[in-house]
Amino acid sequence: MNLLETLRLAVSSLLRSKMRSFLTSLGIIIGVGAVIAMVAIGDGARANVQKVFDSMGTDLLIILPGSSNSGGARGGFGSQPSITWDDLEAIRTQVPSVRAAAPELRTSTQVFSEDQNWRTSVIGTTPDFFAVRAWSLAEGERFSEADVEVGAKVVVLGQTVVEKLYGAGFNPVGQVVRINKMPFTVVGVTARKGQSPMGTDNDDTLFVPATTFQRQVQAQSLGKYIPGALFVQADPTAGTARAWEDLTVLLRERHRLSEDEANDFDIRDLSEMANSRQQSTETLSLLLASIAAVSLVVGGIGIMNIMLVSVTERTREIGVRAAVGARPRDILAQFLIEALVLALLGGLVGAALGLGVARLLAARFQWPLLVRPDVIFLALGFSALVGVGFGLYPARKASRLDPIDALRYE
Amino acid sequence: MNGNRERMPLIALRGASKVYRTGDVEVAALKGVDFTVEAGEFVAIMGSSGSGKSTMMNILGCLDRPTTGRYLLEGQDVSRLDRTELAVVRNRTLGFVFQSFNLLARTSALENVELPLLYAGVSARERRRRAREALERVGLGERLEHHPRQLSGGQQQRVAIARALVNRPRLLLADEPTGNLDSRTSVEVMVLFQELRREGITLVLVTHEPDIAGYAGRVVVMKDGRILSDQRQQPVPAVVPPLEEAVS
Ligand SMILES: Nc1ncnc2c1ncn2[C@@H]1O[C@H](COP(=O)(O)OP(=O)(O)OP(=O)(O)O)[C@@H](O)[C@H]1O
Ligand SMILES: [Mg+2]
Repeated sequence: MNLLETLRLAVSSLLRSKMRSFLTSLGIIIGVGAVIAMVAIGDGARANVQKVFDSMGTDLLIILPGSSNSGGARGGFGSQPSITWDDLEAIRTQVPSVRAAAPELRTSTQVFSEDQNWRTSVIGTTPDFFAVRAWSLAEGERFSEADVEVGAKVVVLGQTVVEKLYGAGFNPVGQVVRINKMPFTVVGVTARKGQSPMGTDNDDTLFVPATTFQRQVQAQSLGKYIPGALFVQADPTAGTARAWEDLTVLLRERHRLSEDEANDFDIRDLSEMANSRQQSTETLSLLLASIAAVSLVVGGIGIMNIMLVSVTERTREIGVRAAVGARPRDILAQFLIEALVLALLGGLVGAALGLGVARLLAARFQWPLLVRPDVIFLALGFSALVGVGFGLYPARKASRLDPIDALRYE
Repeated sequence: MNGNRERMPLIALRGASKVYRTGDVEVAALKGVDFTVEAGEFVAIMGSSGSGKSTMMNILGCLDRPTTGRYLLEGQDVSRLDRTELAVVRNRTLGFVFQSFNLLARTSALENVELPLLYAGVSARERRRRAREALERVGLGERLEHHPRQLSGGQQQRVAIARALVNRPRLLLADEPTGNLDSRTSVEVMVLFQELRREGITLVLVTHEPDIAGYAGRVVVMKDGRILSDQRQQPVPAVVPPLEEAVS
């Protein structure tokens, strides 16, 4: 008897008890569905994390000034300014592994349009900042180096600020907003970025030249030190690790630190942060997928259970088949293929189910829907393996029945 | 070679015995039986209940093996064959008809009859053709798609006979084929058997009824696992009585 005949035999015998066949493969359906859904969810979450980190800017390092040490109480990083404007210039021009660098001076303040006001964060910086932090402009343009040079009263608004001051969809370029009672001309609006990795609204901010920030917003004179952090974009071919080394060497040299002195600054590799975040989502999705895989094995045991019952119930049928010339291997093949078909059909239905769930969840959490065909094939292959693995014992049992005993079985 | 094969008996049991062991109790169902059937014979086996008729038939049908002794079928010692080889012999050389029909439930008459051909590796189309032919042969050409429970006992037994015949065996074995049938249906089956006998098929059947044994050309009587007597006779031609007579 060839494979096709055996397959037809198996299918018609499964169709004879549809409900039981369905319930038998339910374990596999749920197992495969869960594996596919879990992997898709894990991939979606990972892609989401990736997206969020990409929105921060790629190949990113952040330099924080050193800690203060007054009266024995040691402040955290950033409490003592130690990075100078000259350091920034040196970083921009002397380090080949750095592509761009920009300061970030930050405070929060009330801004006023003609008829609205809103409290938001103000960032003082240089034009490079937009490239380093992956901000693109939706309207108008960023301010220029010259604006920074002269301390021009120009501003680039984030989308949320535009919404609060003017309403959504308004183009405010050319309008005047007041910050600290000073009129600032709006020169651009950044494109929407959404959530930051920390869960805050990236777009609830506005950008002014660093010089203007110090003079007008903070009403201070320009000093030697940068009262904030530096964002540095590494050259992608060099990589952030290399840039980290180069920056450390440069700053230690410029700050004239001797061998046994600690750094008076702190450089953090944000791409590394992204990687570790990435790894934890990966670990989580692996965990979920392995739990789902266990349910596949449980489904296999369900198949074995029902196949054993079926072999006992059909003892006379086996006897009849043997009496008219079925060889032990024909009987073995019949029951093995029944188990295989149960598992594979369960796998197919489960795959469809898993895809549906993944799609639903992706829509719910606004993740990208990522379905990897290799996962589907793997899950189907695994369920086939489960079918053969757990079907083998009942099938062997059937094939070893003695024809005359089987015929006598009541 | 072929001529040699023609001269040897189709069936030859040599000192065949069968011991059943149930727990500590041993039952000797066959006690060193020598039994020979030439090709073309029609043999009826009789004997009281428990005399070992079914035990011998199961051995002849390669469904079971003798505990000691030899069974030569077409000159081949089948008591030495393994399970797979026995399955092939059951499939190719002989057909078996059971008292309880042993048809597959929820399976059409046609599919039941196709079964031996399925395991013989015959193509689907050829299977269908030959199964239909066999069913027509036993007078069930109109009942191809019926399931066993939609058929009368006599019809079911005829399906079983069609199944036994479909692979064109040399030997047809029947263990009380008319045991569950009324006398009229029994005679119908015997008409068919006598026809098969004329076509050259060798038949061995077990029966309790002397009437049925009368249709055979040789009657073997068993007792306590041994052959008590073995006589040739002039077979009575089987004729189905007209319907009115059967009713009266
Ligand atoms: N599977 C078995 N296990 C144990 N003993 C058995 C088995 N089959 C048959 N026997 C015993 O072997 C003996 C012969 O049985 P067998 O079935 O051959 O008799 P039979 O002549 O066919 O009887 P009947 O006319 O009632 O069918 C009996 O004593 C029976 O109890
Ligand atoms: Mg019997």
